[in-house]
Amino acid sequence: MKSPVRIASGQGFWGDWLEAPYHQVTGGPVDYLVMDYLAEVTMSIMQKQKSRDPSLGYAKDFVPLMRRLLPHLVEGKIKVIANAGGVNPGACAEAVIDVARSLGLVGKVRIGVVIGDDLLDRLDEIIASGVSLENMDDGRPISEVRDNVQSANAYLGAWPVVEALRQGADIIVGGRITDTGITLAPMIYEFGWEKRQWDLMAAGTVAGHMIECGAQCSGGNCLVGWEQIPRMEKPGYPIIEAHADGEFVVTKHKDTGGRITVPVVTEQLVYEMGDPASYITPDVVADFTSIQLAQAGKDRVRVSGVKGAPETDSLKVSLSYFYGYKAVGTLVYSWPDAFKKAKRANAILRRRLNDLGLKFERVLTEYVGVDATHGRLAGKPDPDIPEVQLRVGVRAEEREPVERFSREIAPLILNGPPSVTGFAGGRPKVEEIVAYWPALIPKDAVETRVEVWDA
Amino acid sequence: MRKTREATKKVQLVKLAHARSGDKGDTANVGLIALKPGFYPLLAKKVTAARVARHFKGIIEGDVERFELPNLNALNFLLHGALDGGGTISLKTDAQGKVFSTALLRMEIDVPRSLKL
Repeated sequence: MKSPVRIASGQGFWGDWLEAPYHQVTGGPVDYLVMDYLAEVTMSIMQKQKSRDPSLGYAKDFVPLMRRLLPHLVEGKIKVIANAGGVNPGACAEAVIDVARSLGLVGKVRIGVVIGDDLLDRLDEIIASGVSLENMDDGRPISEVRDNVQSANAYLGAWPVVEALRQGADIIVGGRITDTGITLAPMIYEFGWEKRQWDLMAAGTVAGHMIECGAQCSGGNCLVGWEQIPRMEKPGYPIIEAHADGEFVVTKHKDTGGRITVPVVTEQLVYEMGDPASYITPDVVADFTSIQLAQAGKDRVRVSGVKGAPETDSLKVSLSYFYGYKAVGTLVYSWPDAFKKAKRANAILRRRLNDLGLKFERVLTEYVGVDATHGRLAGKPDPDIPEVQLRVGVRAEEREPVERFSREIAPLILNGPPSVTGFAGGRPKVEEIVAYWPALIPKDAVETRVEVWDA
Repeated sequence: MRKTREATKKVQLVKLAHARSGDKGDTANVGLIALKPGFYPLLAKKVTAARVARHFKGIIEGDVERFELPNLNALNFLLHGALDGGGTISLKTDAQGKVFSTALLRMEIDVPRSLKL
């Protein structure tokens, strides 16, 4: 048994720093590279891509990244686990196989594919079988949005990934695998942990939560002592050194920037936290009030004491559905009286929208520089404030009023208050809103399948 | 003997804690972490759910829940109805509730005058 097992985080979201995974596999010893690619609405974008071209529908960036990394991965015997497969993990795996072959790595790489999270085609059958799919947050029935659903994916946990590892996969791609599951899976596999060892499941889950946002646990977006965090031009992304007893150390490669201390990692632990005593994943219910942290050297934090409770009998399902349209327009007003001018422009704009008879679900005005982030808590602005950005957003079920709004910003430049600038971006873009609908489904209604292919 | 009330001073939370926030649908969470372990009992006593709800009155639409993590010297707050529908629906600059953290740090609480910052 390998100990410790080193699990490196390479991407905190689709669009994260492209250099991070490269530094993780070349900057020192690691055994696994794990990468989270999926946000809730990413799946609906991918479903649309797939409906236009059946060979698409996954995180395309993953393929050139594998081209860059594969020689290093093979040489260092590093395995990769990523939910880059989106709504088409099979196509993603085939693309990776093509890359491996073109690099002359035939027979040297095995690709694992985790399938079964995508429920879109089974949705009517699932509803007919009595699963309500009511909105977990507000209890609304699925019938309200059924006709507008664009994607439906169950969150899968660590176990299908463990199965792929057991079948010898080196690169594992899946769809909606949880960001904690991709970190827990290699621990289960390497240490032979069993399903009912809930404290161990919880420890691996906490490790996953710790590194799921990449550098956000090693100094990125960190408030405590932010000015003194060194060398953020090359932040070390986090690495878990996992041990068989569930204890682990969070650290990073030498010769990297960033910082790993108890206060820094605590910020990440509380990120997107609900009830900390009951952090529910497909694998376990982890208790974050049991976590013990201790500094164990420079840029090393030891995590111990994690407790877990048995898994629930359901999985979370993430559905996305068409909601309506929105647009946001901005203009910048300068001193003197910058705030007054921006407020006057807003009043004029709203009067015009009203006179046009446009109906919106919501019109929101913010003044960037005055109240956009903290509202009234920010207090009154300096009367001499050098500039204020007027930011007005609208939202409606129909496209037409939003489209018309997008043509009402530019005229203010010549027919509204003076000293206005900052409109080089042109007319506001009308965006389709695809919203997120969380629901629950019994675990036994979701069947996962694992396939392992040779390159 | 009558108990004398200890002299106090007002201190902004930014001197006592750091914080990070994020989103879950239309709910923002704020994790408030004591800068020193000794500050945690003060935070736990003074920064109640009701106090935070007052702080954000007019800014959030729903109620406030509080959870304690004494092991991390931290409190976790859920601010419901904070994000104009949340995620992709929201028109707010801070659609994902990323800076409710620092908005909470603007709050002032009464602490003993003898407290060393």
